[in-house]
Amino acid sequence: MAWYIGRRLLQMIPVFLGATLLIYFMVFALAGDPIAALGGERGLNPAVAAQLREHYHLNQPFLVQYLLWLKGLLTFDFGTSFSGRPVRDVMAGAFPVTIQLAFVALFFEAVFGIAVGLVSGLRKGKLFDSTFLIVSLVVIAVPVFVIGFTMQFLVGVKLGWLPPTVGGNVNIRTLLMPGIVLGSVSFAYVLRLTRTSVAENMTADFVRTATAKGLTRRRVVTVHVLRNSLIPVVTFLGADLGGLMGGAIVTEGIFNIPGVGNTLYHAIQQSEAPTVVSMVTVLVMVYIFANLLVDLLYAALDPRIRYA
Amino acid sequence: MKIRRIGGLTAAIAVSALALAACSSSPSATTTTTAASGPSTGIVTVNGSEPQNPLIPTNTNETGGGKLLTLLFAGLVYYDAKGAPHNEVADSITTSDATTYTIKLKSGWKFTNGEPVTSKSFVDAWNYGAKLSNKQLSSYFFEGIQGFSYDADSDLTGLKIVDDSTFTVTLKQPEADFPLRLGYSAFYPLPSVAFKDMTAYGQDPIGDGPYMFKDASAWEHNVKADVVPNPGYIGDRKPMNGGVSVKFYTSQDAAYQDLLANNLDVDDAIPDSAFGVYKTDLGDRAVNQPAAIFQSFTIPQNLAHFTGAEGNLRRQAISLSIDRKTITDKIFQGTRTPAKDFTSPVIAGYNPNLTGSDVLDFNPTKAKDLWAQANAIAPWSGKFTIGYNADGGHQAWVDAVANSIKNTLGIDAEGSPYPTFKDLRTDITKRTIKGAFRTGWQADYPSLYNFLGPIYGTGAGSNDGDYSNPQVDALLKQGLAAKSVDAANKYFDQVQEILFKDLPAIPLWYSNVTGGYATTVTNVQFGWDSVPLYYAIKKA
Amino acid sequence: MPETSRPTQMHFFADLDVEILEQVDTVDETAPPASLWHDAWQSLRVRPIFWVSAFLILLVVVVAAVPRLFTSTDPSYCDLMSSYNPPGPGHPFGFDRQGCDIYARTIYGARASVTVGILTTIVVVVLGAVVGALAGFYGKWFDSLLSRITDIFFAIPLVLAAIVVMQVFATHRNVFTVVVVLGVFGWPQIARITRGAVMSVKNADFITAATALGVSRSRNLIRHVMPNAAAPIIVTATVSLGIFIVAEATLSFLGIGLPTTIVSWGADIAKAQTALRSQPSVLFYPAGALALTVLSFIMMGDAVRDALDPKARKR
Repeated sequence: MAWYIGRRLLQMIPVFLGATLLIYFMVFALAGDPIAALGGERGLNPAVAAQLREHYHLNQPFLVQYLLWLKGLLTFDFGTSFSGRPVRDVMAGAFPVTIQLAFVALFFEAVFGIAVGLVSGLRKGKLFDSTFLIVSLVVIAVPVFVIGFTMQFLVGVKLGWLPPTVGGNVNIRTLLMPGIVLGSVSFAYVLRLTRTSVAENMTADFVRTATAKGLTRRRVVTVHVLRNSLIPVVTFLGADLGGLMGGAIVTEGIFNIPGVGNTLYHAIQQSEAPTVVSMVTVLVMVYIFANLLVDLLYAALDPRIRYA
Repeated sequence: MKIRRIGGLTAAIAVSALALAACSSSPSATTTTTAASGPSTGIVTVNGSEPQNPLIPTNTNETGGGKLLTLLFAGLVYYDAKGAPHNEVADSITTSDATTYTIKLKSGWKFTNGEPVTSKSFVDAWNYGAKLSNKQLSSYFFEGIQGFSYDADSDLTGLKIVDDSTFTVTLKQPEADFPLRLGYSAFYPLPSVAFKDMTAYGQDPIGDGPYMFKDASAWEHNVKADVVPNPGYIGDRKPMNGGVSVKFYTSQDAAYQDLLANNLDVDDAIPDSAFGVYKTDLGDRAVNQPAAIFQSFTIPQNLAHFTGAEGNLRRQAISLSIDRKTITDKIFQGTRTPAKDFTSPVIAGYNPNLTGSDVLDFNPTKAKDLWAQANAIAPWSGKFTIGYNADGGHQAWVDAVANSIKNTLGIDAEGSPYPTFKDLRTDITKRTIKGAFRTGWQADYPSLYNFLGPIYGTGAGSNDGDYSNPQVDALLKQGLAAKSVDAANKYFDQVQEILFKDLPAIPLWYSNVTGGYATTVTNVQFGWDSVPLYYAIKKA
Repeated sequence: MPETSRPTQMHFFADLDVEILEQVDTVDETAPPASLWHDAWQSLRVRPIFWVSAFLILLVVVVAAVPRLFTSTDPSYCDLMSSYNPPGPGHPFGFDRQGCDIYARTIYGARASVTVGILTTIVVVVLGAVVGALAGFYGKWFDSLLSRITDIFFAIPLVLAAIVVMQVFATHRNVFTVVVVLGVFGWPQIARITRGAVMSVKNADFITAATALGVSRSRNLIRHVMPNAAAPIIVTATVSLGIFIVAEATLSFLGIGLPTTIVSWGADIAKAQTALRSQPSVLFYPAGALALTVLSFIMMGDAVRDALDPKARKR
């Protein structure tokens, strides 16, 4: 087990280097000169622009910039943003917010997705199943910003049930609506995965055996069917955590959430390489760790899997 | 749209004693919408955006930071709601030749750390802002002062401290509107503590304005900035509320939703998406008034088919083929005012009836005729494009303008989107842009010259189309050297009459400030620079 | 998979009789896939959901290919005077903000969305299947290498990567740049699925047999392994197709998808969001068309999956 984890941790190094290099390259290759925008509508005096370019190492070749960034990383110095803030502080402000948002979304999609999926799977073809199957398809097919704007106006403004934006008040009440919007597509996936998986397992031999053994239906469903059906669902949820954090760009914009997505989007627009690369790096790490966690969870869910 | 005339500035800038001094004695132009007397105690929440730079006056050139600086600092002069300057820290600003100015300060002004505001506070701050290696974004504001250089670090030798409350400014050449500029944030004073660690200062600035940061954590990055009244403030902009909380939004839509839900008291930027409904939503709490913002698109001087006599005809034809009225009605729902000149109706000296301004009317017949004449010189080929940045909500009007040109002239015309402002600026700065491009100008200080000199003067900083006309240059120079604003504006009118013929840029419309406020607040006025006068807002 | 049945025994078999072996070979090559697909077809043809989605897909594809059949209005002729005008004769859906005919734009918009969806799916399937198959089939360090590369691309969120790369394309954005961007960052999922499928198939008895018969490894992969790993790829691909169409719309919403000069649902939805409250119908038509298209591809994927999955077919 320890050997397995150790090997997985070692494998992260090339993924980490590869992903950061790739991102750094993409940001570097971005068309446009980040300094050009700093002057606003009137542009910037060339002499001042040249000074700024030198200050941010923007006149250095790509590889030098990347290595400078890596070097800083060793001392937890992620560089500074154009507004003069250390990127470390920028991240320390943004990540907690997005983590909370992602967990609200994850909680929503996991609980409701699995619950609805379970019932649908048990009653495949019935009205409940068909209804939610259509709901899930619609949720996938309608772009998330349409869902977001509609909910914000209806629930936030018209009905006044929940605050329409988050801003500085990051708490469960304000994050509830954005969390549901963010998790809506994944909710549809979880529902569909659980449904299929449950329906499949219901006809599996071990379920038949368990039923034959005289176990109550309740026990068969919760212990045998659900536990086995959760394996693909857990895989999906694990991979989704990283996606939720990085993919919250649209949701965070609509609900004015000062999180990773918003910060990243603006950093990308301003070609702030240190901010973009550092934040994406953390996202990549989250993704890798979540996957490791998922693999370890497998062992807990499926006794047949053992890691050596 | 009724044109508002500005009263405050029609007073002549006297040769020996500047009229500005007189203004300070009269009460500031606060017109109360509700007659509640005495200050209120509520904290007013307003929309804003995360400052893109540290809060250093000379390094802030965007509205997010500018909004906070106006609250935190008091400069030599401040502008009232109509853009008229009033002395704030300055006691008098005098000159005899529009080249050397003597500035006297009032006594009793202090920074919030107790340090008195002296001549040195201004001179040091300006020297810091002008120095090349400090790479301050607003350094160009000092380029007219003697000693300024873009080539090497140099002191502003034109600044001389006479005593603690007096200093003189010597300019490279006469500039009659110099005192008008002094209310801009770049000219704010700095306390001596700032120069010890400018980075730290930029995060928690100490100013002399009506408000101050309560403590070092008042600025929550990407979230909000809270300011509280500065008890030591002795100027005219006395806070009428218990403080201002500037909430940062990344989208105007989110701010507007908050306004509707009473989560925001004042919103100075109604989003595009609400133009159709904001008047119904807000009733008489909706605000829509002209502002000092001029929108146009520039056709580069060297663009194929747009040079010489042919180009002149085509420029006229393009301008005549744009139905500004319908576009401002249908696309902007009346939140823009069709342009009649190259400046803005809120600026003193604005004249909507200049000779040649009929080129801004919609006249399809004449447009087609002029286009045909141009085709006789050289046949048209290709596509007319208008470059714009897709991140600024410009798409709808660019498409509408392109359609208007296309439908009138029967040529292929379309918008050419750049994903971000940065990308557009890069192409413009490198002069690699292949077509017309959108240009806009928001006045830094209320003066006609500010709309003309920086844009159409040969080699001027924002002359992105490389327009050059010796006549224009000469008139601009004469206007600057004029002894009064009225006299200066006569020259500037002549400049515009030439611009109507040359059309280096095609004027489109003036942006209104379109905002609104919640039922929670009273006495909300929007200033000439589109920013509400926060200090005057009352909230129970 | 019982790993003990290694080819040694079979190999001994092979030397015995060439003729029989040839027969075995032919059976191996064609029989299993044919029966799988045949069974699937039998199951599909009786399902109404299959016919409904097939009809919708066909309709959308025809609309995308020859929009002229459905409207004679020019989608790019816009007269501001008709801005937000209600439906009238010849203009069944009314007009948008610029005064363009919404019906014509909805019809002509199909092409861009469907092209993006189909081309991206092709790119993703080709890239993903090749990488996944090579990794799964050859294993060892080659698998480690390819899997790590897959991880790199998988770990970077799709929308995020697309935003960054679309900024690079800046002024030269068109259907193909969108396809390239979505394709380059969309393939890892298919790669993983292929890898898994290939790994489970490669130890199957009939592959072992083929190997025993001296079929080369690469030929084995192409002729025997891949057809049997195709089912999960096809299912994922149909669903992904819908996802990519939505992704294009999301990019357009952020202002970095297709330029507005190309008539597309994504761009029209993005433009219509400004009228979400005052003129919801402007949003409704392109968004509805997009949702319906995505829906039909996902339903098709569902139907195909059920048909290919013997367990689901039992009922």
